[in-house]
Amino acid sequence: MSIFDSSAVGRRAYRFPDLDVPEVGLDELIPREHQRQSPPGLPEVSEVEVVRHFTQLSRKNHGVDVDFYPLGSCTMKYNPKINEDMAALSGFNRLHPYQTENTVQGALALMHDLAGYLSAIAGLASTTLQPAAGAHGELTGLMIMREFQRHRGDEQRDEVIIPDSAHGTNPASAMMVGCRVREVPTDSRGGVDVSALREMAGPKTLGLMLTNPNTLGVFDENILEIAEIIHQVGGLLYYDGANANAILGMVRPGDMGFDIVHFNLHKTFSTPHGGGGPGSGPISVSEELTPFLPYPLVTKTASGYEFFRPAQTIGRVKAFYGNFGVLVRAYAYVRTIGADGMRQISETAVLHANYLMRRLQKSFYLPYDRHCMHEFVLSGMNQKAFGIRTLDIAKRLLDHGIHAPTVYFPLIVDEAIMVEPTETETKETLDRFIDAMYAIAAEAEANPDLLKDAPHSTPIGRLDEAAAARRPVVRWEASVEDEA
Amino acid sequence: MSNPADLLFTKDHEWLDVKEDVVRIGITEYAQDELGDIVFVDLPAVGDELTEGDSAAVVESVKAVSEIYAPVAGTVTAVNTDLEESPELINEAPYSGGWIFEIQIGEGAALKDTLSMEEYETSLKEA
Repeated sequence: MSIFDSSAVGRRAYRFPDLDVPEVGLDELIPREHQRQSPPGLPEVSEVEVVRHFTQLSRKNHGVDVDFYPLGSCTMKYNPKINEDMAALSGFNRLHPYQTENTVQGALALMHDLAGYLSAIAGLASTTLQPAAGAHGELTGLMIMREFQRHRGDEQRDEVIIPDSAHGTNPASAMMVGCRVREVPTDSRGGVDVSALREMAGPKTLGLMLTNPNTLGVFDENILEIAEIIHQVGGLLYYDGANANAILGMVRPGDMGFDIVHFNLHKTFSTPHGGGGPGSGPISVSEELTPFLPYPLVTKTASGYEFFRPAQTIGRVKAFYGNFGVLVRAYAYVRTIGADGMRQISETAVLHANYLMRRLQKSFYLPYDRHCMHEFVLSGMNQKAFGIRTLDIAKRLLDHGIHAPTVYFPLIVDEAIMVEPTETETKETLDRFIDAMYAIAAEAEANPDLLKDAPHSTPIGRLDEAAAARRPVVRWEASVEDEA
Repeated sequence: MSNPADLLFTKDHEWLDVKEDVVRIGITEYAQDELGDIVFVDLPAVGDELTEGDSAAVVESVKAVSEIYAPVAGTVTAVNTDLEESPELINEAPYSGGWIFEIQIGEGAALKDTLSMEEYETSLKEA
């Protein structure tokens, strides 16, 4: 139900106080030709109706605060509420971006220290907090790579090598900086096909973009050899940090040979995710790439914290200082967890994923059968024999109150089901998910129609996705009577 | 599966209907079933000059976005504009109303590496 359905003429929740300043005519402020000729179609409702409307809407939604959310590659971990308390402190949330440095020393200290923590986790020299999301981090990283190559007279490098299992943002980012994408295949164990990579790498190679562990949830043990191949031909290694939840405190991308890393604070560092976030995708870089970072960076001097501009900066990539409120939450998370806790996050995330994978393997096909990291990819192939597709399995999970895993990705697995449990769930929740998946596998055999029409218990049943894509209704429009 | 026996096929799951030097191109029953509901087709323009292997059209489904490749070098002579309004024709009638475009084989160019219906169906079983 739309809030307009509750509207009644003349009902209101707010009354303006009497005007206590001189009245100015509208025509003096806005030229007549720019004024609208009919009243806007706004709902007329009381305060309690507004509150109930949005509370009801929120109850129809699924979120990690409601139940399990094993959406692969998205790291839908629980976001501790202390992060929100910290971000709500007036010293942070009432700042104005044009305040002078000496009045925002606390905020600058937070940015300085958070950048330092991320550099330490990455095993690299320095970090910018500006990029607003993971893909923005990729774009910034690639711009730095191009600028670095240009500076050393290597402008002909316009090829970016990307595995066929990569996140779609990788090739999109490479195209955005004007590069060509070379796709390197996956070997039978789920890693980069090293001999194919060796043939592709050359004087045109700007670099390699790699996620490790990759989207199959598999750690590429050949990473040192891969790094050597790319570095030998003068290329750089970019680490897509989407799967960083698997490696915290265990291995540093810098030690694997990567030159640039992005982190998704909204995945790995427990800041809000989904529904617009907003996200945050800081990047950490090696010593030799540091002069090219976007400005402003924060430095600590004898007289306090200051902004500065790196010598060969690529310029600004975002207005002001990144999504600052998100940075506060990530800082709170890092300080709450501490260095020892970081490692435990990844150990537990990996343990949870392996537990689920081994138990679900009894009912679902596991195309890459080896220990996984923080996530794994099943295939709906066993169920396909009964006319059931992965989409049907995903929809049926909603009837169990559980969000569906990522489906049909990565593209190299037929009928892919990508599960990432994260470290924040209890064993009871994981077992409930396993029971639900077993029940669905049994239904696929015994009662496939039940799955094809699922979900049955949600506020809205199976959506017509084709119609939603072909004829989307993206905004509410007042009907003729509403305008009158 | 009932692939019309007089068509040629490619390993990219396209079918080719060759009439002298003009080839009509669409995707196979298997391809449309794997893609699921098709929601958008980005067609080439009549007159486009393509080389073999060029991305000629894009088919977008609820599951994935797939490129349709030119099977041979040549000039686009016709496109199925019905797909602009009704992309579901590819799901409903992949071998008839769901055709995508026609290409006139360029001078000196020739179709190669095509499969017969039997060969195509065998390749599906092996996959």
